[in-house]
Amino acid sequence: MTQENIIMAEERQATWRERHQSTIRQLRLYAHTYSRNASAMLGLAIVALFFFVALFGPLFVPYPEDATGAIHLDNKLQPPSWEHWFGTDEVGADVFTRVIVGARVTLHISLFVTVVAMLIGVPLGIAAGYHGGRIGQVIMRLTDVFLSVPALILAIAIVGSMGPGVQNAIIALALAWWPGYVRLVQSKALSIRSAIYVDAARTMGASNFRIIFVHILPNCASPIIVKASMDMGMSILGIASLGFLGLGAQPPYPEWGAMISTGRNYLPDWWWYSFFPGISIFITVLGFNLVGDGLRDVLDPRGRK
Amino acid sequence: MLLFTAKKFLIMVGTLFALLAITFTISHVAPGDPAALAAGPDATEEMIQQIREEFGLDKPLPVQFLIYVGGVLQGDFGTSIHTGREVVSDLARFFPATLELVLFSILFAIAIAVPIGVISAVRQNTITDHTLRLFSVAGVGLPMFWLGLMLQLFFALKLGWFPLGGRLGLLTDPPTTITGLYIIDSLLTLNFTTLLESLHHIVLPAVALCFPALASIARVNRAEMLEVLSQDYIVNAKAQGLSKFRIVAIYALRNAMLPTMAMIGLRFGWMLGGTVLVESVFNWPGVGLYAVEAAVASDFEPIVAVTVLLGFMFMLANLAIDIVYGILDPRVRGANI
Repeated sequence: MTQENIIMAEERQATWRERHQSTIRQLRLYAHTYSRNASAMLGLAIVALFFFVALFGPLFVPYPEDATGAIHLDNKLQPPSWEHWFGTDEVGADVFTRVIVGARVTLHISLFVTVVAMLIGVPLGIAAGYHGGRIGQVIMRLTDVFLSVPALILAIAIVGSMGPGVQNAIIALALAWWPGYVRLVQSKALSIRSAIYVDAARTMGASNFRIIFVHILPNCASPIIVKASMDMGMSILGIASLGFLGLGAQPPYPEWGAMISTGRNYLPDWWWYSFFPGISIFITVLGFNLVGDGLRDVLDPRGRK
Repeated sequence: MLLFTAKKFLIMVGTLFALLAITFTISHVAPGDPAALAAGPDATEEMIQQIREEFGLDKPLPVQFLIYVGGVLQGDFGTSIHTGREVVSDLARFFPATLELVLFSILFAIAIAVPIGVISAVRQNTITDHTLRLFSVAGVGLPMFWLGLMLQLFFALKLGWFPLGGRLGLLTDPPTTITGLYIIDSLLTLNFTTLLESLHHIVLPAVALCFPALASIARVNRAEMLEVLSQDYIVNAKAQGLSKFRIVAIYALRNAMLPTMAMIGLRFGWMLGGTVLVESVFNWPGVGLYAVEAAVASDFEPIVAVTVLLGFMFMLANLAIDIVYGILDPRVRGANI
């Protein structure tokens, strides 16, 4: 990401470059520091692979019809082989194909959950931190209530009342995920609100709108980015958990958690059925966590604890 | 100290009430129709209407809420529309199993994570440190339910070392109920066969449940140990010729344990959430499994009750951590909450 920005920046004209010299230098430093962290680079490689597979994988899968519920009963529950790298499932569908298509499903869902949680949480956090007062207190109390119960339980409660299904599971996760952002942004906004440069901007007649977009938001960006990259991983776990419990995606929808849920009935003899979707979840979540960790070291070294 | 605890407790009661209100609202404004579900696919409109009236679902929402809160204050969490059983008696039956699993699991996590953190910090940047760190980073991304399945696959089905699920074997009678926690009950009644059997059953689910917690507790503990070990008083202790063990185990670990405790409290809450997954995998008859079954059937009353119960447990754990914190570190007591 930062690397791309740098390359793009280098292709523009000198005047633009001069104007943004300090930003470019800063990004370069970030990229340099990040690239020296081996585990963060491993995470980046995993995440890049995941994005690649999710975006382009479904175009190249060996048996595309297997992702949409094709049935080849003569070919069911075959162990991994050259034809079927991850074996086949109980209706003879290729598990490899379904895992690859599942990557796209997972990317869709986790992006949606993270973005919606941010869109709810960040404005509320700014309102609570920057505006403060009674509204701020109400927002923070509400946030505390939502944080007082594990997110997965809250999501289950919401899905339970709306009925199982992938759409409802996504909504439930997004609704259970936003409070973390409120906490994060509120404390940051609260400390920036009284900073000297914000006072100065206000004295010069800057509107609240301008102060929020020019001063508060950019200063909150680092912790938000770090949290978002971790949350991509956590929401992947969340959606897979709901799928596994039968509350999210329903088979034969190619979602990793739902695949494991069906696959568990075929343990131990047909282990590949639930093994490969699980290892995919594990590696992907690990990748996002490593990236989040690496980004924190670079962007927000004091926030480590 | 008393004032500190009382203040925390009051906030907790308020939060709990708000949690009840929120879960109640979510579950009652959502578009699902529990009466239709409970009546079954062939039910006529009159039958559904009758169920609605029986469970008070035809009344306006605020009235339903007031009736509900009135019941909760008297210890009545309503009746499951799906099974027709009282939610409170269900909770009383299933909760000890969950409590046993979570407590055993968190003790397990602490017992393994703290030594890992200490050893990693003392041997910073050696192979041991890297291996232990890799182990703890990996743990955070591991899906519990999948780990549970793989543990079942390997240790129960392939090797046959542990049972596949449940709290006790089919032929074993549970111990006389005192606390409802089989391990403690069988200890108290000196029933050692049952004790061994319940320990045997709890190992795999506890391992699956504790893994992510173990990983993050170890990470925090390592970071804190590193910080404490670089303090002046540690250098001073070294200069005075104290043994390495004494410095690490007594001087450093005690101070590193404070932030570690905060993480343990946080992870305890996550574990409560994780019980829904692990209990489903290991068929462990606790509130997690109960909540999932209720959620699949869109059965409101048990879901609201379990959510509030787990929220209460989470807050209780945090309160306990706050109090212990206050005892260990007097500076915290005066801070406004």
